[in-house]
Amino acid sequence: MSTVELPTATVPREPKQGRGPLRLGRFVLPVYTWLVILYTVIPIVLMIVYSFNQAPSGRMTFQWLGFTTQWYQHVFQIPDLTNALVNSLIVAGSSSLISAIIGTPLAIALARYRYLGRNVTEGVIFTNIAAPSVVVGASLLSLFITLNLNRGLVTIIIAHVSFCIAFVAIVVRARIVGLDRSIEKAAYDLGATPWVAFQKVLLPLIMPGIIAGMLLAFAMSIDDFIITSFVAGQTLTFPLWVYGAVKVGIPPQVFVMGTLIFLIGVVLALVNVFMQRRRA
Amino acid sequence: MLPAVREGVPNEAEVAAADVHLRNVVKTYGGVVAVDDLTLEIPRGEFFSLLGPSGCGKTTTLGMIGGFETPTSGTIMLGDQDVSRVPPYKRDVNTVFQSYALFPHLDIFGNIAFGLKRKGMPKEQIASRVTEVLRLVDLPGYEKRKISELSGGQQQRIALARALVNEPRVLLLDEPLGALDLKLRKQMQAELKRIQQDVGITFLYVTHDQEEAMAMSDRLAVMNAGKIEQYGTPRDVYERPATRFVASFLGASNLIAGKVVSSGGAEFAEVVLAGGQTVRVPAERVTPGQVEISVGIRPEKLLLEPVSEPAAPGYNAITGQVILGTYLGVSHQYIVKGPADTELVVYVQNLGATAPTLGETVRLSWLPEHTFVV
Repeated sequence: MSTVELPTATVPREPKQGRGPLRLGRFVLPVYTWLVILYTVIPIVLMIVYSFNQAPSGRMTFQWLGFTTQWYQHVFQIPDLTNALVNSLIVAGSSSLISAIIGTPLAIALARYRYLGRNVTEGVIFTNIAAPSVVVGASLLSLFITLNLNRGLVTIIIAHVSFCIAFVAIVVRARIVGLDRSIEKAAYDLGATPWVAFQKVLLPLIMPGIIAGMLLAFAMSIDDFIITSFVAGQTLTFPLWVYGAVKVGIPPQVFVMGTLIFLIGVVLALVNVFMQRRRA
Repeated sequence: MLPAVREGVPNEAEVAAADVHLRNVVKTYGGVVAVDDLTLEIPRGEFFSLLGPSGCGKTTTLGMIGGFETPTSGTIMLGDQDVSRVPPYKRDVNTVFQSYALFPHLDIFGNIAFGLKRKGMPKEQIASRVTEVLRLVDLPGYEKRKISELSGGQQQRIALARALVNEPRVLLLDEPLGALDLKLRKQMQAELKRIQQDVGITFLYVTHDQEEAMAMSDRLAVMNAGKIEQYGTPRDVYERPATRFVASFLGASNLIAGKVVSSGGAEFAEVVLAGGQTVRVPAERVTPGQVEISVGIRPEKLLLEPVSEPAAPGYNAITGQVILGTYLGVSHQYIVKGPADTELVVYVQNLGATAPTLGETVRLSWLPEHTFVV
């Protein structure tokens, strides 16, 4: 008996990019891309650069007076600002966590089940994202006043959770939709009760989505100004403090904190991407 | 539609020994009937296939046995336990999914041990069972590998191992070879058959590939439009298809319309074909009282002879005109215009004989016992 040699498939060559009459790939697309990147990155770069600027009066100026790292050494020198930053971190941390806890089951329900009110839920999620912050802030304020709730950290967190849930739900749902349904069936088939199947199979598989959703929620929460300003009462968060400081001049520490928040966000996002690659 | 003659219906002893009983199972989806009053016995320890075209209800049937679908009515028994409404995690069946559905976040050991861990088996025992089953599927020492490192064929074996390691009462396989290329598929068919014989677990195999079902099954059921058309051994079903659908779905068939003219008492009934030629068919294959029938012959059962030579005694013989000849290497395939302009397919083994020319009138003959009636 002889072995039948199957002919090895010849891989068709990909047509080279940018060979069209306009040579889009060679010039136009790179130039366009770089312009967009510059447009989005310049403000962030300015913030980082000016966080190293000398500022003799303790107020930010946009004249370059020389390089210094002193603002990094004295980043927590202004107690009110530090306090506001701590408030912001508490709010962003807890609202991203709470919205992950509420948003994940919502995402599973939307992705995997058909039930009465499913379309309504979906609509609410999108209107929630589309609704102007001014409207949300004003209506939440009137709700809190009606309920006679004292404005402070708690009301800020409640308000932030209400808009973060939608982001978590959308990100997590995208992850679940991409999963083979048979994987959950296989867990049941192998004797896992619904709870065990969730814990041992679904949750680990959608964790990157949950983390990505939480990061997004964290980012949305930490720099929210409009809604927070309605429901904060006497409590100051980082954006509220910065807004208040604008009238008298911004201390350079604000730029330092902004830079640090940005860097932490970037690092977390990269870690999530890296973890996801390693699992796959 | 013709009444489905259920050839090879299992006798009472077989029913008693059966592992899976489906009784009058119906499944409808919003008014659309997917499975229509299905009754089926799957004998213990057999390799059983449910064969049918896509949308015939075979996967739905498998889903109901696995516990992923609930029958609209009827009962499903595993042994003597009614499991019609038992959730999948409480059923002693395991499934090999079409997409394999391996857990990508667990390594191979984690995948295979998943079911055993749910049963609370001690760790050392789990480890030895996993080692054992990996040897069975010919991937020894793969415990620590990741799913993404495996080829399609290897993933297939792991999916099989993950289900088999639980020693289920019945193993359900949902077109598990569908994603593999032809060469690998043939290899896995033989492998699956070997594994089934080694472990002796009842396999219920769902496929639309008739060759695959024939090659592996001890018995099979042909499904169409939510109903079982025929049940029996591959040989029974191929040699004596009970319905027009089975005759054409399982291999190729030549069907010629005719009228029964005599059947009383004799071994063979006489049938006058449309066009006037008379053939004989085994009398027991004609339902008493039935007159309008179709006579069927498989293409490889037909002999193609020049009309100048004398006909062999005892053979049915009809004449026709060759309208197309195709050289296939191993055989020639001819299309012959037979009685009442019916186009008949004939396979002639390539023995180097002189090929008939196009337009030539030839005689087609075959043994009466090779005739079936639908």
